[in-house]
Amino acid sequence: MGARVVSTTSVGPEAGLSGAELATRYGLAVAGARPGIVTYTRQLWSYRNFIVTYASSIISASFSKARLGRLWQVLTPLSNAAVYYLIFGVLVGTKRDVPNFITYLCIGIFTFLFTSASAVQGVQSVTKNLAMIRALHFPRATVSLATTWTQLQNFLAAMVVLLAIALATHEPISHTWIYMPPCIALQLMFNTGLGFACARIGAKIPDLKQLAPFVTRTWMYLSGVLYSATKFDANLPGPLATVAKLNPAVVYIDIMRHALLRRFANSPAYAWVWPPMVTWALAIGWAVVALAAGYIYFWRGEEEYGRG
Amino acid sequence: MADFNSDVVTGLTKAVVAELTTETVAADETTTRKREPRPLGAPTVIVENVHVTYRITGAGKTMNNTPSAALKRIMARKSNPTIREVRAVKGVSFTAYQGEAVGLVGSNGSGKSTLLRAIAGLLPVDQGGAIYTMGQPSLLGANAALLPDLSGEQNVIIGLLAMGMTRQRAEELMPGIIEFSGIDEHGEKFSELPMSTYSSGMSARLRFSIAAARMHDVLLVDEALATGDARFRRRSEERVREMLASAGTVFLVSHAVGTIREVCDRSIWLERGVIRMDGPTEEVVDAYEQFMTR
Repeated sequence: MGARVVSTTSVGPEAGLSGAELATRYGLAVAGARPGIVTYTRQLWSYRNFIVTYASSIISASFSKARLGRLWQVLTPLSNAAVYYLIFGVLVGTKRDVPNFITYLCIGIFTFLFTSASAVQGVQSVTKNLAMIRALHFPRATVSLATTWTQLQNFLAAMVVLLAIALATHEPISHTWIYMPPCIALQLMFNTGLGFACARIGAKIPDLKQLAPFVTRTWMYLSGVLYSATKFDANLPGPLATVAKLNPAVVYIDIMRHALLRRFANSPAYAWVWPPMVTWALAIGWAVVALAAGYIYFWRGEEEYGRG
Repeated sequence: MADFNSDVVTGLTKAVVAELTTETVAADETTTRKREPRPLGAPTVIVENVHVTYRITGAGKTMNNTPSAALKRIMARKSNPTIREVRAVKGVSFTAYQGEAVGLVGSNGSGKSTLLRAIAGLLPVDQGGAIYTMGQPSLLGANAALLPDLSGEQNVIIGLLAMGMTRQRAEELMPGIIEFSGIDEHGEKFSELPMSTYSSGMSARLRFSIAAARMHDVLLVDEALATGDARFRRRSEERVREMLASAGTVFLVSHAVGTIREVCDRSIWLERGVIRMDGPTEEVVDAYEQFMTR
């Protein structure tokens, strides 16, 4: 090793410069500074491979210790459906008012779980990946996106189960099935925004992880998963019923139900919560607002993740 | 130290040591060394009057952490007594340049790792100080597990993607990285097993190999070389030199001063969060070793 130079600050033309001036001259930036939102979005796009690979790794790792492996991706929604069917279909007897209750119920549960799981997992998405966040530098939004992406995959597996249940209960293959892809896309946008917001709050307040299951359970009972949200009109005072029906989960579940339940399409139990056009407007509105607000909120905390 | 006027440097460093031993370790003491010779290359890391304070939750006595105590605290609107502040780095300033390898020495808890994490942008710096870096520094720590449930190969791919590589490039580089890490050299295909089955030395080697797959403007290595065996250490020291040759800057934290002597030209000795000495490795490390055996 030669006499490489050893120094703290240099002499010559730079001697009198402060750190900040020296940094500007040589194009140095403040360590860990948050980039602007456009740059950030561009960075995020260049990490799309990472997001997809990471998401599928999370899935395979989460099932790696179970003997049945990824079969659980299908078995979990099935078991869920079985439990709710047993309680609300057979024991409580909601079944009587609603034709093809099993499919009706499964649509509600699977669609709702897509959103609630995104929220619950979103809360932990930063805290669970602290080791990697602290070791490597990448846009932190990637871990939140990867988490939502895993939920999409779980939901698509559940959709396969759902379609099988629908066909097994003699629901016809209908042109209304084309409502499903745009509805899922909009719900995905909503979930992504929600996941971003939950990730930042969860990173700041670790207690939220304990609270999240109760919040989502309350939300589920308010979302017309087990019954139709049209019942709000009869049981709640007017303005409150309207607010209750604005619930995004109500909107997405309603679209999915009208896409799939065609055999008794004219049954009063299947009435639209909102008129179809309003329903679609709400679906789009929630998706756009949640995604934009959640993304900006997460981005504003970019410097905080993994610190401390 | 061959052709350079090393006696000037030596003289200066001695002066600094003399000054510091009088226990007047001030935040701005580094400014006294502004007259040192100018190095080649542009600055890559500027650390200016940096203080780092940890706020630690749950550090209080277990007695005060019962549910009833927590409730009382909330009712009385008192702040959480389990939050403690620890000042890990107290007013550190220095500048590192292209092609420079800087060793950080100091006893346990002297703030070395904290300083590296602050340079990497992973810890906030207190008001009044600042750290400027060229590009985004990568921190390589011995305890930074990636994804323990996934195989070594998957970890390599994800690590490379997280460093911003394309999928195709990552897959091309993967076999070479596994080979460099030497984890498959023991007759067992460890690269296909989950990282949780690795020994600490093996996973440290794999992590270093992942990070070293890319050229970094600033690479921060925290004890990651110390865990490997002699053969791997030689290989990784070689790799660090390659990075220096391509105008990178490498920071090395290690308790194995041998590695620092081997790789670094300059060393900084931290003690209790302040710089005790900053100069040519030989002198700093000698003084440090003398201090430790005293």
